Amino acid sequence: MEQVEKASGIGIGAYISKHIREYGLLFALIAIMIFFQIVTGGVLLRPVNITNLFLQNSYIIIMALGMLMVIVAGHIDLSVGSVMGFVGAFAAVMIVQWDMPVIVAVIASLACGAAIGAAQGYFVAYWKIPSFIVTLAGMLVFRGLSLWLLAGQSVGPFPASFQSLANGFIPDPFGADKPNMLAMLVGIATVLILIWLGLRTRARNTRYGIEDEPFGLFVARNAIVAAALLFVTWKLAWFRGLPNVMLSMVVLTVIYVFITERTTLGRRVYAVGGNAKAAKLSGIRTERLTFLTFVNMGFLAALGGLVYAARLNTATPKAGFAVELDVIAAVFIGGASMAGGSGKIVGAVVGAFIMGVMNNGMSIMGIGIDYQQVIKGLVLLAAVFFDVYNKNKEA
Amino acid sequence: MNALLEMRNITKTFPGVKALDNVSLSVREGEIHAICGENGAGKSTLMKVLSGVYPAGSYDGEIHYDNSMAEFRSIRDSEDRGIIIIHQELALVPLLSIAENIFLGNERASRGVIDWPETFRLTEELLAKVGLREAPGVKVDSLGVGKQQLVEIAKALSKNVRLLILDEPTAALSEADSQALLDLLLELKSQGVTSIIISHKLNEVRRVADSVTVIRDGATISTIDARGGDLTEDRIVRDMVGRDMAHRYPERERRAGETVFELKNWNVWHPEQTERQVIDDISMTVRAGEVVGIAGLMGAGRTELAMSIFGRSYGRNISGQVLMHGKPADVSTVDRAINAGLAYVTEDRKTLGLILEDTIRRNTVVANLPGVSQRGVIDESRETEVAEGYRSALRIRTPSVFQKVMNLSGGNQQKVVLAKWLFTEPELLILDEPTRGIDVGAKYEIYSIINELSAAGKAVIMISSEMPELLGMCDRIHVMNEGRFVGELTADQASQEAIMSMIVRE
Repeated sequence: MEQVEKASGIGIGAYISKHIREYGLLFALIAIMIFFQIVTGGVLLRPVNITNLFLQNSYIIIMALGMLMVIVAGHIDLSVGSVMGFVGAFAAVMIVQWDMPVIVAVIASLACGAAIGAAQGYFVAYWKIPSFIVTLAGMLVFRGLSLWLLAGQSVGPFPASFQSLANGFIPDPFGADKPNMLAMLVGIATVLILIWLGLRTRARNTRYGIEDEPFGLFVARNAIVAAALLFVTWKLAWFRGLPNVMLSMVVLTVIYVFITERTTLGRRVYAVGGNAKAAKLSGIRTERLTFLTFVNMGFLAALGGLVYAARLNTATPKAGFAVELDVIAAVFIGGASMAGGSGKIVGAVVGAFIMGVMNNGMSIMGIGIDYQQVIKGLVLLAAVFFDVYNKNKEA
Repeated sequence: MNALLEMRNITKTFPGVKALDNVSLSVREGEIHAICGENGAGKSTLMKVLSGVYPAGSYDGEIHYDNSMAEFRSIRDSEDRGIIIIHQELALVPLLSIAENIFLGNERASRGVIDWPETFRLTEELLAKVGLREAPGVKVDSLGVGKQQLVEIAKALSKNVRLLILDEPTAALSEADSQALLDLLLELKSQGVTSIIISHKLNEVRRVADSVTVIRDGATISTIDARGGDLTEDRIVRDMVGRDMAHRYPERERRAGETVFELKNWNVWHPEQTERQVIDDISMTVRAGEVVGIAGLMGAGRTELAMSIFGRSYGRNISGQVLMHGKPADVSTVDRAINAGLAYVTEDRKTLGLILEDTIRRNTVVANLPGVSQRGVIDESRETEVAEGYRSALRIRTPSVFQKVMNLSGGNQQKVVLAKWLFTEPELLILDEPTRGIDVGAKYEIYSIINELSAAGKAVIMISSEMPELLGMCDRIHVMNEGRFVGELTADQASQEAIMSMIVRE
């Protein structure tokens, strides 16, 4: 009883400062969006640009999901950029040069990605070679292999069915007029589901006397998220509706949130990253789990590669160059720890959006690639510094 | 004899907690002064105040050292005055040599160029003083903990130590190494070095200390002079826990049932040195409700025995048989061992037993996730209920099961480890040093839990370096030496002398 009283008695300010990391991330994203909205003279939040934001960043977000699992397990994967480029090239060769059916080529590409992940995971998990080294080797190997596969040329264009993987939109069953009703309905439904889930968790927390956020804060946070979601879907509805990749992205995010937070599999990955020796002595098969996180990463890198190739409508030898850095940065901005054992899927996704909005906003402003890299680097450092600073303050 | 150190009315507060409340400590020149107290009593905080980790001004009270008022602002300040602390976790760089470690940060050098001949010569002198026969160029990671401890002391001597502070110096040492270390302390005393020793081991305190200060709940309870003759273990324990502990071990009813666990002809070889046999033909049985102890010195192979049984977590070329209730059991991996009804509470709870960054709740269920999930999906309500259940059953002191285990005291952490294993519903619990590094009060509670478990029909194997603990808790004790069982004693026959003589005779 004492605890319950204490929990409900905590002030909003105290609660925010205790959970500054989660709120900070959300506020940072909003602040960055407002900033670019102003400096780009309103271009950032135009319907066509919001649509572009999703199309441009989908492959980063898809790979960030896998990278989060790898980093939580206490490892790193530097090869994802090369792997995504290689798989894109492989798909292009199969479809364009060998005339294979798109569906077969897609399945073969995804299997290829998983196999690459398995090969790297094998050395990391069963031979205990540091993942930094194994995947650094993989980065070089697959960069070289995509050059070889494409013979240094770009290969394209793709048939329309393959392109729709990235550039297609979900048809609106309510007619072709604007605004797109399906987009609006999906937006409203999502908001309702989120609020329902939030209330359900609150009810359960109260039952167990778990300290939860003050009700005022809960309302405010949900109002902001709901307004943002409705705003985005409203804008999307005025362009071409819901992009296909957005759907796959959302579905994947939900699946990975579920896996990491609610399943024994996810829990074991956190345990391995938190303390591998203790996990092993608790009966967790740590090697197998590490292996699987790399297989999963390879699979998602392949999916990212397909989306990227479909979007550009061509496979180029440069595809995926330095993308691993954006993906890894997104995960760390999202609050994951290098030491493993902590980090959240939602954090990684928001981190990827922060990177995406900055890329997009700075490009609209016409800032050169040189300054863009400097700024992104500083943002990454600032985010991690913020983490460490808060942790020190806690201790 | 003058007081070398006098700490007067030291009060140190952290946000929300008064860690030290008017603590006074007086150490005479040339004596060995012991500080005793439960974990969390404030011993370490007091030493941090003394050494300048908490700089002057961050606490109230005065420190007088060597006839003048001392205001240390950093460890460097206190070291300059000859106050050196040797922490429980040794601060040596494993891949550097003995000589490099001793003069680390204090190199014999001119204009940044190290004078190696001088360094080695001085190191040899220092090693001779502490009685360590190793070459100065030997890497520290090839030394055992006992020898590393001596290197630390040599390092302190190199800094012209006047007041040497040792925090739990023998916690990780074998009986023989501990004795050697205590002899060295007495030797240093005869050379005029004053020492403060923080220790849980009262027999050692009694052996070397000239006076003892007991601290409880951040306050000085008593200072006992050994010369007065009233320095007894009972007196110290009484002051430490604030109550009389006529019985340091709870009463237990001895009642053994049918044989649960049987080990037959167990042999294990060293994982790297393939020709070295670590466990040599060991057989044992444990019955339901029985607590069987394994005594032995450090390095006797006790932990290796337990780990090799528990999912072959140690060693190679393992041969032999494990029977549960008379039937062969598969213990070839940890999860199979758990399924067979085994649980192993590790010696080192922080690195092998717990995920420190995780909550009590998550640690409690980690070894039996299927027990709180359906088809791979965790039922968080059930998980909370389970954790809450063990919190009250094992009396884990915490505001909530959503606390990170790193914020708990040693005793409470150990209870979380026990909770984790109890939730796997084992039939045999192997407890490896279950009370290491936890205070007297918490030890008593752990003992009570062990008794409750055996009363409930669990079979228990207890490995411990503290012989009184084995004598107080076990129905039978196997004595182990160099990988073999060299004798078995029943509770009535067992005594420290009997155990030691079995080890020595071999």
